[in-house]
Amino acid sequence: MVAGIVSYGGYVPRYRITPKEIGNVWGVDGEAMGKGLGINAKSVPSPDEDVITISVEAARACLKKVDVAPTDIGAIYVGSESHPYAVKPTATVVAEAIGSTPVMTAADFEFACKAGTAAIQTCMGLTLSDMIKYGMAVGSDTSQGAPGDALEYSASAGGAALLIGKENLIAEINHTASYTTDTPDFWRREGQQYPSHGGRFTGEPAYFKHVMSCAKLLMDKAGSKSEDYNYAVFHQPNGKFPVKVGRTLGFDDKQLDAGLLVRSIGNTYSGAVLLGLCSILDRAVPGDRIFMIGYGSGAGSDAFDITVTSNIKKLKPAETIEEMTRDAKFLDYGTYAKFRGKIRMRGD
Amino acid sequence: MATPRFWREIPSRYNLLGTKCGSCGTLDFPPRAVCPKCGRKSVGKMQKQKLSGLGTIVSYTVVHDAPSSFDLLKPYVLAVIELKEGARLTSQIINVEPGDVKIGMQVEVAFRRLGQEGEAGILQYGYKFKPVTG
Amino acid sequence: MRRVAIIGVGETQFGELWDRSFRDLGIEAGLKAIEDAHIRAEDIDALYVGNMSAGKFIDQEHVSAIVADYAGLADSHLPTTRVEGGGACGALALLQAYAAIASGLHDIVVVGGAEKMTDVGEVKAAEILSATADQEWESVFGATFPALYAIMARRHMYDYGTTREQLAAVAVKNHRHGALNPVAQYQKEITLETVLNAGMVADPLGVFDCAPLSDGAAAIVMCAADRARKFCETPIELVASGQASDTIALHDRRDLATMDATVVAGKRAFHRAGLTPADVDVAEVHDNFTITEIMAIEDLRFVKKGQGGPATEQGETALNSKISVNTSGGLKARGQPLGATGVAQAIEIVRQLRGEGGKRQVTDAEIGLTHTLGGTGATAVVHIFRRVS
Repeated sequence: MVAGIVSYGGYVPRYRITPKEIGNVWGVDGEAMGKGLGINAKSVPSPDEDVITISVEAARACLKKVDVAPTDIGAIYVGSESHPYAVKPTATVVAEAIGSTPVMTAADFEFACKAGTAAIQTCMGLTLSDMIKYGMAVGSDTSQGAPGDALEYSASAGGAALLIGKENLIAEINHTASYTTDTPDFWRREGQQYPSHGGRFTGEPAYFKHVMSCAKLLMDKAGSKSEDYNYAVFHQPNGKFPVKVGRTLGFDDKQLDAGLLVRSIGNTYSGAVLLGLCSILDRAVPGDRIFMIGYGSGAGSDAFDITVTSNIKKLKPAETIEEMTRDAKFLDYGTYAKFRGKIRMRGD
Repeated sequence: MATPRFWREIPSRYNLLGTKCGSCGTLDFPPRAVCPKCGRKSVGKMQKQKLSGLGTIVSYTVVHDAPSSFDLLKPYVLAVIELKEGARLTSQIINVEPGDVKIGMQVEVAFRRLGQEGEAGILQYGYKFKPVTG
Repeated sequence: MRRVAIIGVGETQFGELWDRSFRDLGIEAGLKAIEDAHIRAEDIDALYVGNMSAGKFIDQEHVSAIVADYAGLADSHLPTTRVEGGGACGALALLQAYAAIASGLHDIVVVGGAEKMTDVGEVKAAEILSATADQEWESVFGATFPALYAIMARRHMYDYGTTREQLAAVAVKNHRHGALNPVAQYQKEITLETVLNAGMVADPLGVFDCAPLSDGAAAIVMCAADRARKFCETPIELVASGQASDTIALHDRRDLATMDATVVAGKRAFHRAGLTPADVDVAEVHDNFTITEIMAIEDLRFVKKGQGGPATEQGETALNSKISVNTSGGLKARGQPLGATGVAQAIEIVRQLRGEGGKRQVTDAEIGLTHTLGGTGATAVVHIFRRVS
């Protein structure tokens, strides 16, 4: 018996800002920064949006595609590093807003950018053990980059929800593998508004080591090679890392492009790999095989070997990620700073 | 707004929970104990029903002067919306340029943060509406 | 039921009165009215106080007791009652006093209205003003008071072609009248351009489409009509009143461009008075926003529905035209201390019918009307006055 994806949904806020616009303010060649990072624009949440609203919109988009009674969802987990509350879960608001309360369990996850994939694995376990019929795993973020810091060019907002179960699967999760160590490449202390990171330390010893090691674990388990997959989606802190690690593992642009949303919306942290998967599922056909691997600083990777089934054709028609991200409104830095709470207001 | 007072209305604020009169079938939002049309006949017969979230703008304004809690959002569009089921409500319109809003525009419900009870208080969520896409 | 007349009036200046407290204002108006009525404190049987929100503006509830106390009436242990109905509380207090005298419960009653709005600052005051809207289903979603009236204005423009210029004409006219009123908050004329070019508050209403925040108090002394000439040369009879309510939320109203509460209150008042709108010479209507006056003159049937804008633009509601509307300057120029509004409107009519209108006297004014609203139209009160024959 295999667990898998019953439905999926994503949400990306409509506002954007370009690296050039950010660079102008800090006296940096923003356009060059953007090229160096492989990012053309990043998404910005409206002042009335946060991880709770984004998670609700993603969860609702997910449920709109199928006829699943919300009360059959036995667990909801939301992974993020920008939950609106330090204490009081995002997951309960999502549960209430989709109508699955009260007979269910819920919790919030945190593991930098891989809190969403951790939620997927948890839902798989609960489903496979028959503890629940369906579980919802949400990854969503409105991450912040400190003013003038490199992360300001990439940290963006977005989220996606996957409905996990054992029946009526549109995609089977054949295998999953994880690789976890205590590696402090990127962190945020309680009370700090912005995260800190180890600069170049976030590369080889962190992102690449964990993604590569985990990818190998998954391919060993699945007995697969890169050529066996139609699509591959990697965690994408910028447009360069996932392409570099992807090529090292033997994937080509044709396999990588569909999932690389970072180029147009930036790094949506816990939402990144799930949104990339949504984008792939929007165009995948039965039989397509997908390689998905998330990465979270701190550090760890979760990888998934996924096969799309014929049930994907039964999903109700809905707005694709591409259609959703097409209608974007570009901001100047002042409005961006106002929206992101970077301006000290009276009473702060 | 006091915490329990906001919490009590969550089913209607998150999910557009209204009531349908068991006597005449009229849908009201928010829920009512007595149907305005049927009066006493309806008491005890009001059934809970979620509304679809699809509606039309009946009238609107662009708010420029607002309480300080709206500093980051002004100017914003506020409208009276008639839902498909006939009930009307008041809500903000998002994802639209103020100059593009028209009476008769088709809108659908979205989930947004309405406010907060101060910097350390609870966050308040509920409905706003956006133009129907496509 | 006995007939009831007004035998004395008094009011304070309206405006931003930094050195006057709520108590100062209430007492000043009350003493002026009592003097005007030539009565003594011992003659007063009861006091009704219209006040909308002293609890929020000055953290003080139970203002009925305070007004009686500081008027020096504590020893007579006067029955004193505070009346609230949004911005209509002054007019409602008048109605309570009328009922008390008409029924024979009391003989001589003082009605006061007072509000101290400026201590809390403009932002907080605007929020308090919005308290008469639906807190759960309007305010929490970002509906400010001006926004709700703006929504009515836009619908009225959509249904009847009313223009911003026609809205502005209300403000221009009322400021012109206000310039002739020594107690008005604003005694300066303004131009149409000033109104049209002002900053936006809630589109299409700009700064000059909105009545100001004001401090002020007004008081009236009433007694049975058949005894009125003992106290006063020209007693003015409160002939009839009409009161009506409507849904609290604007979105639940039957028609956004009509205030049904005004229509019904008006019909009730005219029916009880045995009069028609054509009989009215001078009227004080609730112009908290320019659109409100346009809707009021339609809903009171002074003009046809939808014609409020053109009628105002063509000067049909100016001083000594077809019907003189808001000769005091209205809420717009005279000011709107909420609790005092209804009483102040009545005082303007009383002065007009007494022939004390000075530079703004309406020629041969015989029948006058006041129209006062609560909230966005959830309460409407109409009073009709005429000289006691």
